[in-house]
Amino acid sequence: MVTRFSDPFEALLNIQHALDRSRFSDWPGRSTSSHGSYPLVNVFQLGEDLVVTAEIPGVRKEDLDISIQRNQLRISGKKSIDYGENISIHRQERSAGTFDRTFNLPLEIESDGVKAELQDGVLSLFLPRAEKDKARSIRIN
Amino acid sequence: MTDSNVLDTLEKRELETEQEKTVPGKHYVPYTDIFENEEALVVVMEIPGVDRSDTNINVENNILSVEGKISHATYDALSPVYTEYNIGHYSRSFTLSNEIDQEGITARIEDGVLTLELPKTKDAPPRRIEIA
Repeated sequence: MVTRFSDPFEALLNIQHALDRSRFSDWPGRSTSSHGSYPLVNVFQLGEDLVVTAEIPGVRKEDLDISIQRNQLRISGKKSIDYGENISIHRQERSAGTFDRTFNLPLEIESDGVKAELQDGVLSLFLPRAEKDKARSIRIN
Repeated sequence: MTDSNVLDTLEKRELETEQEKTVPGKHYVPYTDIFENEEALVVVMEIPGVDRSDTNINVENNILSVEGKISHATYDALSPVYTEYNIGHYSRSFTLSNEIDQEGITARIEDGVLTLELPKTKDAPPRRIEIA
């Protein structure tokens, strides 16, 4: 995406519009069952389906738990760091701990068709739209 | 639960350099832990999305530099609906204070975490100086 601030008033107007949208849109929804902000997610559209990605470096596959119910997606797990004993630390920027995040998706998901992939610390979830949620074209007799 | 620490999200830090990169695009500073044990200096970096073949590690004039390129190709077919984080290449360098055995450096990547082991040279043992 290219963002240029050629006209300051236009930029201001765009911010105003974005603010308005965030107030009136109910998606991704603030009503989470567990309030966590980690991990950050990106949501993409692929045809009629959704793809959700998240960067979770250092989280092992077996420490990750993903569940989906209708349009609610929950990503939880833990990230552990173990460097062994007798070390002197020079610099510490990574953090370890548990996470639990739930959010609502804008459409109903066919939970049987969900595919999850964890590669190079990036989680990708392929979420197919439920058949009954899809738009149907009606033939006129 | 034994580990009660709840993970917080960290804003990705964008790289600030004096020289410009030849490749346009965002570069981020990977979160890094550095520690020392008896044999080696260990550098651990988080570079999610970087394939092992796209990692470039260099030691020159006591400067360790790591670069990781991410592939944008996977995102080509996707159109973003809602975004919370941005993606970009990773780049960071450190000046090494210890004497490092450059031949013995080992690296591995696991779940987006790069671990570099830089063994200390044997012929430069710590010297204890007695005060007369």
